[in-house]
Amino acid sequence: MNKENIILAIDKMTDAMESQKEFLTELDIVIGDGDHGINMARGFGEIKKKRDLLTVMDAADIIKNVGMILVATVGGASGPLYGTAFMKAGTFLKGKEELSFQDFLEAFQSAIEGVMARGKAVEGEKTMLDAMLPAKRAMEKEWQLTGDVKKSVEAGLAAAKEGVEYTKTIIATKGRASYLGERSIGHQDPGATSFTFLLEAIASQM
Amino acid sequence: MVSFVIVSHSRLLAESVADFTKIMADQVTVIPAGGLEDGSFGTSYQLISDAIEKAYTEDGVLVLMDMGSAVMTAEMVLESMADRKVKMVDCPLVEGAVAGTIDAAGGLSVETIYRNLTDSGYVNKF
Repeated sequence: MNKENIILAIDKMTDAMESQKEFLTELDIVIGDGDHGINMARGFGEIKKKRDLLTVMDAADIIKNVGMILVATVGGASGPLYGTAFMKAGTFLKGKEELSFQDFLEAFQSAIEGVMARGKAVEGEKTMLDAMLPAKRAMEKEWQLTGDVKKSVEAGLAAAKEGVEYTKTIIATKGRASYLGERSIGHQDPGATSFTFLLEAIASQM
Repeated sequence: MVSFVIVSHSRLLAESVADFTKIMADQVTVIPAGGLEDGSFGTSYQLISDAIEKAYTEDGVLVLMDMGSAVMTAEMVLESMADRKVKMVDCPLVEGAVAGTIDAAGGLSVETIYRNLTDSGYVNKF
Protein backbone atom coordinates (compact mmCIF):
# COMPACT_ATOMS: atom_id res chain seq x y z
CA MET A 1 0.00 0.00 0.00
CA ASN A 2 1.29 3.44 -0.85
CA LYS A 3 0.02 6.87 0.03
CA GLU A 4 -2.44 6.94 -2.89
CA ASN A 5 -3.98 3.64 -1.75
CA ILE A 6 -4.39 5.06 1.74
CA ILE A 7 -6.16 8.15 0.46
CA LEU A 8 -8.42 5.97 -1.70
CA ALA A 9 -9.15 3.65 1.25
CA ILE A 10 -10.15 6.67 3.32
CA ASP A 11 -12.40 7.90 0.47
CA LYS A 12 -14.07 4.47 0.45
CA MET A 13 -14.50 4.62 4.23
CA THR A 14 -16.16 8.01 3.86
CA ASP A 15 -18.53 6.68 1.18
CA ALA A 16 -19.37 3.64 3.30
CA MET A 17 -20.07 5.68 6.42
CA GLU A 18 -22.33 7.97 4.39
CA SER A 19 -24.23 5.14 2.69
CA GLN A 20 -24.49 3.05 5.88
CA LYS A 21 -25.40 6.00 8.09
CA GLU A 22 -29.03 4.99 8.56
CA PHE A 23 -28.30 1.29 8.93
CA LEU A 24 -25.70 1.88 11.65
CA THR A 25 -27.96 4.32 13.43
CA GLU A 26 -30.85 1.84 13.33
CA LEU A 27 -28.62 -0.81 14.93
CA ASP A 28 -27.61 1.67 17.60
CA ILE A 29 -31.19 2.76 18.34
CA VAL A 30 -31.95 -0.80 19.46
CA ILE A 31 -29.12 -1.28 21.96
CA GLY A 32 -27.32 2.06 22.23
CA ASP A 33 -27.99 5.75 22.09
CA GLY A 34 -28.90 5.80 18.41
CA ASP A 35 -26.15 8.00 17.08
CA HIS A 36 -23.47 5.68 15.72
CA GLY A 37 -24.25 6.14 12.02
CA ILE A 38 -24.76 9.88 12.35
CA ASN A 39 -21.53 10.23 14.35
CA MET A 40 -19.40 8.19 11.96
CA ALA A 41 -20.81 10.04 8.95
CA ARG A 42 -20.08 13.37 10.64
CA GLY A 43 -16.49 12.35 11.46
CA PHE A 44 -15.70 11.06 7.98
CA GLY A 45 -17.52 14.05 6.49
CA GLU A 46 -14.99 16.28 8.26
CA ILE A 47 -12.17 14.12 6.90
CA LYS A 48 -13.56 14.64 3.40
CA LYS A 49 -13.56 18.42 3.95
CA LYS A 50 -9.88 18.26 4.94
CA ARG A 51 -8.91 15.90 2.10
CA ASP A 52 -6.70 18.50 0.39
CA LEU A 53 -4.74 19.07 3.58
CA LEU A 54 -4.36 15.33 4.14
CA THR A 55 -3.09 14.53 0.64
CA VAL A 56 0.07 16.62 1.10
CA MET A 57 1.08 14.66 4.23
CA ASP A 58 3.10 11.46 4.29
CA ALA A 59 1.33 8.11 4.74
CA ALA A 60 1.74 7.84 8.51
CA ASP A 61 0.65 11.42 9.12
CA ILE A 62 -2.47 10.97 6.98
CA ILE A 63 -3.54 8.04 9.15
CA LYS A 64 -2.68 9.85 12.38
CA ASN A 65 -4.56 12.99 11.32
CA VAL A 66 -7.62 10.97 10.33
CA GLY A 67 -7.62 9.75 13.94
CA MET A 68 -7.32 13.27 15.30
CA ILE A 69 -10.21 14.48 13.16
CA LEU A 70 -12.37 11.58 14.37
CA VAL A 71 -11.60 12.37 18.01
CA ALA A 72 -12.50 16.01 17.46
CA THR A 73 -15.68 15.58 15.45
CA VAL A 74 -17.43 12.22 15.97
CA GLY A 75 -19.04 13.15 19.30
CA GLY A 76 -19.73 9.61 20.57
CA ALA A 77 -17.70 6.70 21.90
CA SER A 78 -16.58 5.78 18.39
CA GLY A 79 -14.65 9.09 18.25
CA PRO A 80 -12.10 8.32 20.96
CA LEU A 81 -12.09 4.61 20.02
CA TYR A 82 -11.57 4.82 16.24
CA GLY A 83 -9.58 8.01 16.78
CA THR A 84 -7.16 6.20 19.07
CA ALA A 85 -6.99 3.27 16.62
CA PHE A 86 -5.96 5.50 13.68
CA MET A 87 -3.60 7.59 15.81
CA LYS A 88 -1.85 4.46 17.15
CA ALA A 89 -1.56 2.97 13.65
CA GLY A 90 -0.21 6.26 12.28
CA THR A 91 2.32 6.57 15.06
CA PHE A 92 3.44 2.99 14.52
CA LEU A 93 3.93 3.57 10.77
CA LYS A 94 5.94 6.77 11.23
CA GLY A 95 8.53 7.25 8.49
CA LYS A 96 7.16 4.51 6.21
CA GLU A 97 6.12 5.50 2.69
CA GLU A 98 5.33 2.07 1.28
CA LEU A 99 3.44 -0.28 3.58
CA SER A 100 3.95 -4.02 3.32
CA PHE A 101 1.20 -6.37 4.46
CA GLN A 102 3.34 -7.17 7.49
CA ASP A 103 3.46 -3.43 8.31
CA PHE A 104 -0.31 -3.31 7.99
CA LEU A 105 -0.74 -6.26 10.36
CA GLU A 106 1.55 -4.73 12.95
CA ALA A 107 -0.13 -1.30 12.67
CA PHE A 108 -3.50 -3.03 13.04
CA GLN A 109 -2.22 -4.78 16.18
CA SER A 110 -1.20 -1.47 17.66
CA ALA A 111 -4.59 0.04 16.73
CA ILE A 112 -6.36 -2.83 18.51
CA GLU A 113 -4.21 -2.36 21.61
CA GLY A 114 -5.17 1.32 21.56
CA VAL A 115 -8.88 0.48 21.40
CA MET A 116 -8.56 -2.04 24.25
CA ALA A 117 -6.76 0.48 26.45
CA ARG A 118 -9.10 3.37 25.63
CA GLY A 119 -12.29 1.34 26.07
CA LYS A 120 -10.90 -0.82 28.89
CA ALA A 121 -12.45 -3.71 27.00
CA VAL A 122 -11.53 -7.23 25.99
CA GLU A 123 -12.94 -9.69 23.46
CA GLY A 124 -16.45 -11.04 24.11
CA GLU A 125 -18.01 -7.85 25.46
CA LYS A 126 -20.09 -7.12 22.34
CA THR A 127 -17.89 -4.34 20.99
CA MET A 128 -15.91 -3.54 17.85
CA LEU A 129 -13.14 -5.74 19.29
CA ASP A 130 -15.28 -8.80 18.52
CA ALA A 131 -14.78 -8.06 14.82
CA MET A 132 -11.26 -6.62 15.08
CA LEU A 133 -9.55 -9.44 16.95
CA PRO A 134 -10.92 -12.34 14.85
CA ALA A 135 -10.06 -10.36 11.70
CA LYS A 136 -6.50 -9.87 12.86
CA ARG A 137 -6.06 -13.53 13.81
CA ALA A 138 -7.51 -14.75 10.50
CA MET A 139 -5.30 -12.42 8.45
CA GLU A 140 -2.17 -13.44 10.34
CA LYS A 141 -2.99 -17.12 9.97
CA GLU A 142 -3.69 -16.92 6.23
CA TRP A 143 -0.64 -14.70 5.69
CA GLN A 144 1.65 -17.19 7.42
CA LEU A 145 0.07 -20.08 5.54
CA THR A 146 -0.05 -18.68 2.00
CA GLY A 147 1.81 -15.35 1.95
CA ASP A 148 -1.03 -14.15 -0.29
CA VAL A 149 -2.31 -10.64 0.48
CA LYS A 150 -5.69 -11.01 -1.25
CA LYS A 151 -6.45 -14.31 0.46
CA SER A 152 -5.34 -12.93 3.82
CA VAL A 153 -7.54 -9.86 3.52
CA GLU A 154 -10.50 -11.96 2.43
CA ALA A 155 -10.00 -14.26 5.42
CA GLY A 156 -9.89 -11.18 7.65
CA LEU A 157 -13.11 -9.79 6.22
CA ALA A 158 -14.89 -13.13 6.56
CA ALA A 159 -13.75 -13.36 10.19
CA ALA A 160 -14.90 -9.80 10.91
CA LYS A 161 -18.34 -10.62 9.51
CA GLU A 162 -18.49 -13.78 11.61
CA GLY A 163 -17.49 -11.63 14.56
CA VAL A 164 -20.46 -9.34 13.89
CA GLU A 165 -22.75 -12.40 13.84
CA TYR A 166 -21.18 -13.57 17.11
CA THR A 167 -22.05 -10.25 18.77
CA LYS A 168 -25.73 -11.15 18.30
CA THR A 169 -25.29 -14.10 20.64
CA ILE A 170 -23.65 -12.38 23.59
CA ILE A 171 -24.55 -9.92 26.34
CA ALA A 172 -23.08 -6.43 26.16
CA THR A 173 -20.89 -5.62 29.13
CA LYS A 174 -19.42 -2.36 27.84
CA GLY A 175 -21.00 0.90 26.82
CA ARG A 176 -24.62 1.98 26.88
CA ALA A 177 -25.79 -1.46 25.66
CA SER A 178 -24.55 -2.99 28.93
CA TYR A 179 -27.51 -1.43 30.75
CA LEU A 180 -29.78 -3.71 28.70
CA GLY A 181 -28.13 -6.86 30.07
CA GLU A 182 -29.73 -9.97 28.55
CA ARG A 183 -32.01 -7.85 26.38
CA SER A 184 -28.96 -6.98 24.28
CA ILE A 185 -28.86 -10.60 23.02
CA GLY A 186 -30.15 -11.01 19.47
CA HIS A 187 -28.83 -7.67 18.28
CA GLN A 188 -25.55 -7.10 16.48
CA ASP A 189 -23.06 -4.56 17.75
CA PRO A 190 -23.00 -1.33 15.73
CA GLY A 191 -19.27 -0.79 16.36
CA ALA A 192 -18.33 -4.27 15.16
CA THR A 193 -20.50 -3.61 12.12
CA SER A 194 -18.93 -0.26 11.25
CA PHE A 195 -15.47 -1.77 11.68
CA THR A 196 -16.33 -4.39 9.06
CA PHE A 197 -17.24 -1.61 6.59
CA LEU A 198 -13.95 0.17 7.32
CA LEU A 199 -11.99 -3.04 6.82
CA GLU A 200 -13.79 -3.58 3.49
CA ALA A 201 -12.58 -0.13 2.41
CA ILE A 202 -8.99 -1.00 3.34
CA ALA A 203 -9.27 -4.40 1.66
CA SER A 204 -10.29 -2.76 -1.62
CA GLN A 205 -6.87 -1.11 -1.80
CA MET A 206 -4.75 -4.19 -1.00
CA MET B 1 -9.35 27.56 44.95
CA VAL B 2 -9.94 24.31 43.03
CA SER B 3 -12.22 24.56 39.96
CA PHE B 4 -14.47 21.98 38.32
CA VAL B 5 -15.54 20.94 34.83
CA ILE B 6 -18.74 18.95 34.35
CA VAL B 7 -18.71 16.73 31.27
CA SER B 8 -21.99 15.22 30.13
CA HIS B 9 -23.63 13.97 26.93
CA SER B 10 -26.35 16.52 27.63
CA ARG B 11 -25.81 20.26 27.54
CA LEU B 12 -28.74 20.83 29.90
CA LEU B 13 -27.55 18.20 32.36
CA ALA B 14 -24.02 19.65 32.53
CA GLU B 15 -25.41 23.16 32.98
CA SER B 16 -27.87 22.04 35.62
CA VAL B 17 -25.24 20.18 37.64
CA ALA B 18 -23.02 23.27 37.52
CA ASP B 19 -25.97 25.44 38.52
CA PHE B 20 -26.93 23.09 41.36
CA THR B 21 -23.52 23.50 43.05
CA LYS B 22 -24.24 27.24 43.48
CA ILE B 23 -26.61 26.55 46.39
CA MET B 24 -23.78 25.66 48.76
CA ALA B 25 -20.62 26.73 46.96
CA ASP B 26 -21.41 29.83 44.95
CA GLN B 27 -17.81 31.04 44.92
CA VAL B 28 -16.40 27.93 43.20
CA THR B 29 -15.84 28.00 39.44
CA VAL B 30 -17.78 25.16 37.77
CA ILE B 31 -17.74 25.12 33.98
CA PRO B 32 -20.19 22.85 32.12
CA ALA B 33 -19.09 20.99 28.97
CA GLY B 34 -22.21 19.17 27.88
CA GLY B 35 -23.39 17.94 24.49
CA LEU B 36 -22.02 18.86 21.09
CA GLU B 37 -21.37 22.34 19.71
CA ASP B 38 -24.86 22.46 18.16
CA GLY B 39 -26.50 21.50 21.47
CA SER B 40 -27.30 17.92 20.48
CA PHE B 41 -26.38 14.92 22.66
CA GLY B 42 -22.76 13.79 22.58
CA THR B 43 -19.36 14.75 23.90
CA SER B 44 -17.12 17.32 22.28
CA TYR B 45 -13.33 17.29 22.54
CA GLN B 46 -13.27 21.02 21.83
CA LEU B 47 -15.91 21.98 24.39
CA ILE B 48 -14.20 19.93 27.10
CA SER B 49 -10.84 21.41 26.20
CA ASP B 50 -12.26 24.96 26.24
CA ALA B 51 -14.02 24.38 29.56
CA ILE B 52 -10.79 23.21 31.20
CA GLU B 53 -8.97 26.29 29.87
CA LYS B 54 -11.73 28.49 31.22
CA ALA B 55 -11.75 26.79 34.63
CA TYR B 56 -7.98 26.54 34.84
CA THR B 57 -6.19 27.54 38.02
CA GLU B 58 -2.84 26.45 39.40
CA ASP B 59 -4.79 25.22 42.44
CA GLY B 60 -6.07 22.49 40.14
CA VAL B 61 -9.11 21.49 38.09
CA LEU B 62 -11.20 18.39 38.74
CA VAL B 63 -13.20 16.94 35.84
CA LEU B 64 -16.39 15.00 36.59
CA MET B 65 -18.03 13.00 33.81
CA ASP B 66 -21.20 11.03 33.16
CA MET B 67 -20.39 7.90 31.10
CA GLY B 68 -18.85 6.25 28.05
CA SER B 69 -17.58 8.74 25.51
CA ALA B 70 -17.63 11.52 28.14
CA VAL B 71 -14.99 9.56 30.03
CA MET B 72 -12.96 8.58 26.95
CA THR B 73 -13.05 12.03 25.37
CA ALA B 74 -12.09 13.75 28.64
CA GLU B 75 -9.25 11.25 28.94
CA MET B 76 -7.93 12.24 25.50
CA VAL B 77 -8.19 15.95 26.29
CA LEU B 78 -6.21 15.41 29.49
CA GLU B 79 -3.54 13.45 27.60
CA SER B 80 -3.00 16.56 25.47
CA MET B 81 -2.35 18.69 28.58
CA ALA B 82 -0.14 16.35 30.59
CA ASP B 83 1.80 19.25 32.17
CA ARG B 84 -1.30 20.86 33.67
CA LYS B 85 -2.94 20.36 37.03
CA VAL B 86 -6.10 18.60 35.84
CA LYS B 87 -7.52 15.31 37.08
CA MET B 88 -10.55 13.21 36.19
CA VAL B 89 -12.57 11.94 39.16
CA ASP B 90 -14.40 8.62 39.19
CA CYS B 91 -17.45 9.49 41.29
CA PRO B 92 -21.22 10.02 41.01
CA LEU B 93 -21.73 13.17 38.93
CA VAL B 94 -24.28 15.09 41.02
CA GLU B 95 -23.15 14.06 44.50
CA GLY B 96 -19.51 14.47 43.48
CA ALA B 97 -20.08 17.96 42.12
CA VAL B 98 -21.91 19.08 45.26
CA ALA B 99 -19.47 17.49 47.74
CA GLY B 100 -16.42 18.52 45.75
CA THR B 101 -17.38 22.16 45.38
CA ILE B 102 -18.19 22.42 49.10
CA ASP B 103 -14.68 21.08 49.80
CA ALA B 104 -13.21 23.55 47.32
CA ALA B 105 -15.08 26.47 48.90
CA GLY B 106 -13.60 25.34 52.22
CA GLY B 107 -10.15 25.77 50.75
CA LEU B 108 -9.19 22.09 50.59
CA SER B 109 -6.40 21.06 48.22
CA VAL B 110 -7.05 19.33 44.92
CA GLU B 111 -5.40 16.16 46.27
CA THR B 112 -7.65 16.09 49.34
CA ILE B 113 -10.83 16.76 47.36
CA TYR B 114 -9.87 14.07 44.85
CA ARG B 115 -9.32 11.59 47.69
CA ASN B 116 -12.58 12.55 49.39
CA LEU B 117 -14.54 12.01 46.19
CA THR B 118 -12.96 8.72 45.21
CA ASP B 119 -12.44 7.06 48.61
CA SER B 120 -14.89 7.95 51.32
CA GLY B 121 -16.18 11.38 50.51
CA TYR B 122 -19.83 10.41 50.28
CA VAL B 123 -21.95 7.99 52.26
CA ASN B 124 -24.51 5.56 50.90
CA LYS B 125 -27.94 7.06 50.30
CA PHE B 126 -29.71 4.46 52.42
